[in-house]
Amino acid sequence: MSSPASSAATGQPQGPLAQARLTIAFFGEVLLALARWLRGRPGPRAADLLAQLDQTGPRSLPIVALSCALIGLMLAYMGGAQLGRIGAQNFLADVVTVGMVRELAGMMTAIILAGRVGSAFAAQLATMEAGEEIDALRVLGVDPVTHLVLPRLLALLLVAPMLYGFGALAGVVAGWPAAVGVYGVSSAEYWHQCLRALTFTHLWIGLFKCMLYVALVALAGCREGLHAGRSAQAVGQATTTAVVKALVWIVTAACATTVVFTALGY
Amino acid sequence: MMPATPALQTPATPGRAGSEAGAGMPALMQVQGLSAQAGGRTILHDIDFEVRQGEVLVVMGPSGCGNTLLRHLVGLQRPLAGRVLLDGQNLHEGDEDTLAALRRRFGVMFQAGALWSSMTLGENLMLPMRLFTALSRAEREQRARDKLALVGLQDGFDLMPAQLSGGMRKRAALARALALEPKLLFLDEPGSGLDPLNTARLDALVLELRHHLGTTVVMVTHDIASVFAVADRALYLDEQAMTMTALGAPQDLLQQGPEAVRRFLGSAKALERAQ
Repeated sequence: MSSPASSAATGQPQGPLAQARLTIAFFGEVLLALARWLRGRPGPRAADLLAQLDQTGPRSLPIVALSCALIGLMLAYMGGAQLGRIGAQNFLADVVTVGMVRELAGMMTAIILAGRVGSAFAAQLATMEAGEEIDALRVLGVDPVTHLVLPRLLALLLVAPMLYGFGALAGVVAGWPAAVGVYGVSSAEYWHQCLRALTFTHLWIGLFKCMLYVALVALAGCREGLHAGRSAQAVGQATTTAVVKALVWIVTAACATTVVFTALGY
Repeated sequence: MMPATPALQTPATPGRAGSEAGAGMPALMQVQGLSAQAGGRTILHDIDFEVRQGEVLVVMGPSGCGNTLLRHLVGLQRPLAGRVLLDGQNLHEGDEDTLAALRRRFGVMFQAGALWSSMTLGENLMLPMRLFTALSRAEREQRARDKLALVGLQDGFDLMPAQLSGGMRKRAALARALALEPKLLFLDEPGSGLDPLNTARLDALVLELRHHLGTTVVMVTHDIASVFAVADRALYLDEQAMTMTALGAPQDLLQQGPEAVRRFLGSAKALERAQ
């Protein structure tokens, strides 16, 4: 709906307060749509969910695994250099394992998905908005959030554990050559320390964070797409904003969860 | 900002009124004192008219006004002032479920077709049926095939929108607008981007729908040939006055309407003759 404060190019209200209000309202709409679906109202089409699973999951796996492997390798190099100064190279596996499982695998997965999938969500929905496809849903009384946002959000939440698992594994495995080849840790010692450091608490915290981050990625992409203007320029702007917004939200959520979990003693 | 120019509304011109389809029929939709903004600018002011059951009403005028009016008539935008009543119920008042149920009484064909690009034509037509009717899958499929056949796309059930030409896309959009068998149909510039043959084909389809199904049609168009081909009544929106300046049968408006309307209709007629 147009308003005097709307930007002509993007169709979005201007000003940080108006933007924040729009974001909160959108989050509320998503929660309501989810609640309506769980209470038995018609939900997203299975075909849409499957298509989104295909787009977001298997096709993101190689790039997530590669990025996490490189981060694991860097972590091992940097960690080894610092631990070596106090003769504690044997704890290198702990640094890599806890770092990847608890913090970095989830964050890297979400960052890759923000660039690869969140931007695609924004572009798809903004193009639909420009082509009046979303108006065609609204005019039929079909809720665009149920029909377009839920399949994308659910798809990302469903693939997140798999991507997170592969990412964490790739990171830990990639730390091994650095530990063994550069810092003289034995293979047996590395793997033994990895398993010892890997606790259930680290696993569920890492998984929880990853799920939170990817939910934010999906919401940022869909929010920007659904509230884009009706021009090619607006589609481009929605795509860029979706990625930037997702990254800011991910880092903010990472900071907040780290503080909270540490304060709670986890 | 309110316009300085007073409304120049001309009431329905007499003449053909008695022979118009819909004349004497009850009003299906009433627009009362509608004012609207787009991009922060008032572009419609104090519009009053009604859509009679069974008629084809054409909205014409400068670019943008008709589209804005249509978006208000179908409930996609909330008016600055005034109201739109469908069967006596306000389209902009009530909870979302009530409004959604009200909106399903009409079909809308958007300017670019607005077919959902990730679905086949069959799925495009069956989605509203799946959500809002108790039809079985077989019945939905049959109805979708029937509607596609009605617009000449009997072989299009499994095609994706990207595989269609502009004319086919518009016809498919018309079929989808008919999926829930509405009694009122809104068409947003059906002829835009089409060659004259395809435009004429769509006009013929509109008349056929009105004749066979009794569907009431509100059509926004700048195509004067279409106005004279299909309209029982035409409504002219004036850009300067930001209001409706004339409403009546196209022939009557051409002969007896306000100067601006006669110029609008006459220049196009002259151009047609020259071609």
